[in-house]
Amino acid sequence: MRDLFGVVILFSIYSFMTAALFMDLDAVDVAFTEAAVGAGVTTVLMLSCLRLTGRWERRPKHSPLLPLIVVATTGTALVYGTLDAPLLGDPNAPAHQHVAPRYIEQGPIEVGMPNMVTAVLASYRGYDTFGETVVIFTAGIAVLLLLGIQEGPHTRPGRTAIGDQIVLRVVVKLLIPLILLYGLYVQFHGDFGAGGGFQAGVIFATGFILYDLVFGEGDARLVVPPDWLPRLGALGVLIYGGVGLYSLFAGKPFLDYSALAHDPVHGQHLGVMLVEIGVGITVFSIILAIFYALAGRARRA
Amino acid sequence: MSLLLDMLSAACLLAGSFLCITGGIGLIRMPDFFARVHAAGVTETLATPLLLFGLMLQMDWSLDLLKVVMIMIFVLATNPTATHATAKAALHGGLKPLVSEDDPNDTGEPSSKP
Amino acid sequence: MNELPGLYNDWVAIFLMMAGFYVVISQGNLVKKLVGLALFQTSVFILYISLGKVAGGHAPIYDPAIAIYSNPLPHVLILTAIVVGVATTAVGLALVVRIHEAYGSVEEDDIQAADEAESTASSSEASAEEDAKQ
Repeated sequence: MRDLFGVVILFSIYSFMTAALFMDLDAVDVAFTEAAVGAGVTTVLMLSCLRLTGRWERRPKHSPLLPLIVVATTGTALVYGTLDAPLLGDPNAPAHQHVAPRYIEQGPIEVGMPNMVTAVLASYRGYDTFGETVVIFTAGIAVLLLLGIQEGPHTRPGRTAIGDQIVLRVVVKLLIPLILLYGLYVQFHGDFGAGGGFQAGVIFATGFILYDLVFGEGDARLVVPPDWLPRLGALGVLIYGGVGLYSLFAGKPFLDYSALAHDPVHGQHLGVMLVEIGVGITVFSIILAIFYALAGRARRA
Repeated sequence: MSLLLDMLSAACLLAGSFLCITGGIGLIRMPDFFARVHAAGVTETLATPLLLFGLMLQMDWSLDLLKVVMIMIFVLATNPTATHATAKAALHGGLKPLVSEDDPNDTGEPSSKP
Repeated sequence: MNELPGLYNDWVAIFLMMAGFYVVISQGNLVKKLVGLALFQTSVFILYISLGKVAGGHAPIYDPAIAIYSNPLPHVLILTAIVVGVATTAVGLALVVRIHEAYGSVEEDDIQAADEAESTASSSEASAEEDAKQ
């Protein structure tokens, strides 16, 4: 396939199919994230990259034989390796033996929230999630260092790349408040159902990306100035780390939320909520910053 | 009552699935881009609400029902808009609709496939 | 799902992984390579999530009526990995954009040819300078 536009759209469809597969494998939170990130944000980012680098690919000169042999050999070795692996759905597989039973049995009691994924994410494995948040922040800073958020005639308010599309404007005006409301719902309902800071941040960012696409970059930058975004990202990481430091100063281990209130379960609730807010702010601002950086860049010959 | 609901729901689901399949066939078999957008957009806009309505008839009165109603409203708002935007983008990109002004003996060969 | 136990989940993941791997090593276009890398990434996600599946289990959201849940731990790992994945893909895209600005192309062959031309030009310049000195 020489048309990279088609490649990106096919990848988006593939992502959606993967989300459906995750749903079937009981991973509702993951399906949610994949649908929002893989099918939504990744597609938009790749398309804005294609706008800068050109849509058509040249036919490669190399013969595909050598890569095919390498791939076939590796694949065969991997398939041979799976022959000893536990079967799909086997409840006695090693993956279900170590810490998972404790998370499943004690999670709702110790952390006090029905959604075990959120409990494990923010409380039991809070260190990991803190690390991931910092990685996202670092990636955002790397993109900003590489590209920067450019200003130019195309980012003045009132200018759009697609012209004045009345139908899109009306529908998007109706949809954006709903999207933002839904983002807030996902953010604060993550304790009880599928959702949490990661998904909410992405949904919030897609709301603003939609606004940017339809109303033009200038208008979007009036709503969320680009200068704010790195600071907001840092603020999110700070909230997360601050909760950890608070519990450290209160005489408990880092990120032990039971220090936040007299009742441990109540403290867990508060801690998870604060941490998820921090994650949400970081994810939102970094994804929007990456989008501004890629979409706002002027094309060079 | 429940038998009636089941039958109604089955009819909705069947009609929705049928429209989905015709939409898919149209997407592949139609001669030019705008006809394909028509096939995909028009049938999907009716098929998805039909499928969702069929599912709603199977549910109790609960929060889930409300969520499905909201999904339906969302689909009804976004689907035609997306189709409209795609068609308008194609027109803006310089793709001309296929107009039949040739001889009626044309055997329906895909003359101007985009 | 319950009637089909087996290893096919691993094989699906391996197939996708190898498809992504093939795109990464055989294609010359950098954007396409990134799509291949994303495909590779998704195959790992599928592998992990299928490891967390328990036959007859439900989504890990506590409900007094449900006794068997799927393993929430892989879900947590992959949930964060997806968002980290988009951030790292964005870094890759930013690099591709900078490469395009520097070389005017995102094809590997062009970039290599430009690099070689530049290095031969600079070495010939250096030799010319040495000749001038002598």
